[in-house]
Amino acid sequence: MTRVPRPRAWMSRFGLVASLVASGALTACGGDRGRQDSKPTKSVIQNKGSDTMVNVAQVWAEEYTKAAPDVEVEVSGGGSGVGIAALIKGAVDIANASRDLKPSEAELAAKNTGKQPVGFTVGYDALAVFVHRDNPLREITLEQLSEIYAEDGKTTRWSELGVKIPGVSDDTIVRVSRQSSSGTYEFFREQALGNKDFRLGSRDLNGSKEVVELVGSTPTAIGYSGMGYATPAVQMLMVAKAKGQASVSPAVAAVHDKSYPLARSLHVYTLGEPQGAVRAYIDWILSDAGQKVVEESGYVPVPPSERPKP
Amino acid sequence: MSSDSPLDDAPPRRPRRPRWAVLGERALEALIRVSGVSAIVFVAAIFFFVLREAAPILVSDAFSLTQFLFSPEWYPTSASNVRYGTFALTVGTLSVTALAMLLAVPFGLGAAIYLSEFCAPRVRETLKVTIELLSAIPSVVWGFIGLTVMSRLIVATTGAPVGVNVLNGGIILALMSVPVIVSIGEDALKAVPDSFREAGIALGATRWQLVYRVLVPAARNGLLAAVLLGVGRAVGETMAVLMATGHAVHIPGSLLDSVRTLTANIAAELGEAPVGSDHYRVLFLTGTLLFLITFAVNLAADLVVRGIRRK
Repeated sequence: MTRVPRPRAWMSRFGLVASLVASGALTACGGDRGRQDSKPTKSVIQNKGSDTMVNVAQVWAEEYTKAAPDVEVEVSGGGSGVGIAALIKGAVDIANASRDLKPSEAELAAKNTGKQPVGFTVGYDALAVFVHRDNPLREITLEQLSEIYAEDGKTTRWSELGVKIPGVSDDTIVRVSRQSSSGTYEFFREQALGNKDFRLGSRDLNGSKEVVELVGSTPTAIGYSGMGYATPAVQMLMVAKAKGQASVSPAVAAVHDKSYPLARSLHVYTLGEPQGAVRAYIDWILSDAGQKVVEESGYVPVPPSERPKP
Repeated sequence: MSSDSPLDDAPPRRPRRPRWAVLGERALEALIRVSGVSAIVFVAAIFFFVLREAAPILVSDAFSLTQFLFSPEWYPTSASNVRYGTFALTVGTLSVTALAMLLAVPFGLGAAIYLSEFCAPRVRETLKVTIELLSAIPSVVWGFIGLTVMSRLIVATTGAPVGVNVLNGGIILALMSVPVIVSIGEDALKAVPDSFREAGIALGATRWQLVYRVLVPAARNGLLAAVLLGVGRAVGETMAVLMATGHAVHIPGSLLDSVRTLTANIAAELGEAPVGSDHYRVLFLTGTLLFLITFAVNLAADLVVRGIRRK
């Protein structure tokens, strides 16, 4: 038997390895941008924006199609900024945003399209600060959060906050955060850190549930997520705006009266007062049926007294 | 490579072969040749497309290659000061991979030698099936094991504050690479002709001497390929390390520190980076960097083998 020579052995080997690497790295990140094909037989509402709201917006769209079969709502994410940019160009009917419209954006929209953007608050989201259930800490101020998380912050140990965690020898604070593309990350950076950057070295997890899980299994950890994600293994801290001020625990009522510092409104924006199908859709979102979806998705619905009367 | 294939030289023994058969055979030969070089084409194409997405950032003023390669500060979405430094990520990838290989290579090659040379046939079949089963476990399941089982074990045994770290990622990657190393390593040892073994035994070599002096040197290339595929699996793995390493931008000082790898960083951020933005292009540049790292590892290994062969 003769041996078959393999002059290009390293090439094929390299090819295999390289394609393994490339496929491993690149398949995990396919895009998910919505396409917009219009169907003339139905009236189609284009809806784009906040990633925080994309799930709830999708459920709205599905439920609404059941209620009004002649209307189709096409939902895509991309972030609040992406949705607002599309609204300014007049490319979408409704933009979802988990932050307020900036005055500069309203101006730009008016200049581009001749119409003032109109906003509706369609729900609320409260960010809870979580620690392990064995942590004796009960309340925290925004300054302390900034000292723990921000790039120029100095707090690295629980003892600096006057906290002794039982059964732990190394009391270095384990900071748990979110990946940088998350809206939750941006909201926390804006509200708790005053837009300063996060200090490097935090565990940046890929989902709210993962944050709570890691905090629940780590006595020295601190993390933030929507309050709907709380489990028995963690406790939510009461948060105060500044030292000496009353600290407030995240709850539906505290979100409604805006006393909880890490609460935010979820908005939808349209160009000018909405008309026709878009108007009907927004009215439906603010109805009991639409608000039930908000509640079921883990957010806080708008109380009936604050909803605009139809 | 094979312009003088035996078909061209052979005298036409059967002159009345139908024309379609001759043409069909030619076509088939061409097809096989295309398949043969396709690996190169694919590698070149992948490299080209990844680099094409990344290229505009290289000439942009806001971007510095030195910062990209040697700064540990990764702030792609900062509101005040955007910084794209991948040094911590590169160190993360290298440290996790190195640990994984430190664990996986001895175990993998040892298992391959045992399976091929020392093992009873029935045990071998059972083991091979089990090892193949091990390689069929999806990486997200490995990641889950790392995140839950392994992380608790590490916290309990080492007292580390967090169980998701270099050690966890290294062990998970080692477990994922071992099946690759074992299967390919065993094939390489099996491919050594039996005449080598017979010669060794005839010269009075013990089984260990036979393995160590004859078989391993003879199967060197195949074993190296096995190790390299293991490295490839470890460097390229995304989901499992994303879950098991803690995903913290941090240059590790010990095995119990959390790190972030290049692959996990791409996976976590590319889906949300606006197409065509600087962030998007930098992520593709990170892909190119990853590609160059594997290329360098392979090239180095190949040169080493050639060096050994020449002696």
